Amino acid sequence: MTELRNKNFIKKILSLVPLFLLYLSVLNNFDFNYLELKYFSFNFSYILIFYYSLKKNVSLGYTHIFIAGLFNDAVIGTPLGISSLIYLLLCGSAAYLRNITLRPSLIKDSIFFLVAILIVNSILFITLNIVFNYVLDYSDQIINITYTFLLYFIFSYIFNLFENLALGRTNVE
Amino acid sequence: METSRDDFVIAIRSAFLKKGTQQRFSLLALISFSVIFLILSSLNFKAIDYIKIGLKEIVYRTSFMVSTPEKFVKKNYFIIKKHFNLYEENEKNKNDLEYLRSKDLLNEFIILENQRLKNIVDDYLVKSDDIFAKVINDKGSPFLKSVIINKGSKQNISLGMIVMDGVYLVGKIVEVNYLSSRVLLLSDLNSKIPVILEPYGILSILSGTGKNYGIIQYTKKENITTDTGAIYTSGTGGLFKAGIPVGRISTNNIDNKKNVKFFSDFSQLKFVKVLSFTKIEIE
Repeated sequence: MTELRNKNFIKKILSLVPLFLLYLSVLNNFDFNYLELKYFSFNFSYILIFYYSLKKNVSLGYTHIFIAGLFNDAVIGTPLGISSLIYLLLCGSAAYLRNITLRPSLIKDSIFFLVAILIVNSILFITLNIVFNYVLDYSDQIINITYTFLLYFIFSYIFNLFENLALGRTNVE
Repeated sequence: METSRDDFVIAIRSAFLKKGTQQRFSLLALISFSVIFLILSSLNFKAIDYIKIGLKEIVYRTSFMVSTPEKFVKKNYFIIKKHFNLYEENEKNKNDLEYLRSKDLLNEFIILENQRLKNIVDDYLVKSDDIFAKVINDKGSPFLKSVIINKGSKQNISLGMIVMDGVYLVGKIVEVNYLSSRVLLLSDLNSKIPVILEPYGILSILSGTGKNYGIIQYTKKENITTDTGAIYTSGTGGLFKAGIPVGRISTNNIDNKKNVKFFSDFSQLKFVKVLSFTKIEIE
């Protein structure tokens, strides 16, 4: 009985890992600037939010994503509310894909992810540039989008592995 | 045709309006809330401003704590990197020291003479008391090159004050909270400061690029013939005192463009000095 309770407790802790990663990624704002890699940057939060909204939508929760967006805005200095909006739109696109998909596949998911991040980033850039007069370097954003898309495959595999091994969920595919 | 449109509407409605089993709010409700938040904050709505300041104070401090392991890795990375370059750096420093010692003898006289002459032309600025601040967050954002410091309006920091790393210019204050402030670095795309290029004496504008270097704008590039030029603030506009060292002109080997290499390494900022300059009143 005690062993079962311990197992449940560990599972509960492990199920909070995606949420922990989300807050960590927005507060720490993973960058590798100090490595001085000129053509490398990616948005880990996008990958995490899209993956978990698509595969396991109870893991993160919309309210937490909204709060994480506010935190992200405070850390990177963009107008408060804009990251929340972008994250939630990404959630919406993932939820839409989940509703229309009968037989999921990684390729289809990733192509949809690419289209989704292109659209939400366009909304983000238009809002920042036109409404808030931010000057943006578009080549940097293209590099960021490209790597975010490419790394989706790797992180998707890692998250799948985590869900299968640590939590024993087999219905994530 | 009709059926596929219905499917699309059902899928969209389900995605945006349906609350999940453990969700308190629907997606549409939170999206609307974000939009309202954005609109009210852009209109400088008082209540939203207080929320913003409170949230930022909490987030800056939490972010400082959360990024401690990353800072540890970063610090060690730089230590290892420095060790590899130690010998060459030492040789270079020895040569520089000899050269600077000879130059220093002349400097004191020139400074005093300059001060006396500026007093005569009524252009002498006095600086406020230095406020030393610790950099608590230096996260590079895709949109802003900025750092957060641990001093705010409580310590008399105000918008537009200049920020220095030793004697070098780093940026200016663009956001003030009660216990923290945001410094817009010179390398940010939105940063533009009036500078003078010496020894040519050309007035220009130094603009950030979003990278770790700046560019010189609104001047004829052919005027700058060598890489020996240094850049100082020109004092035009009255915000910056004239003569604060900013950086050095360097040629990019790839496209042969003239860039500005900043004297201060913005990725290594730990403590900075915040101050402002005001014109001296001569009776």
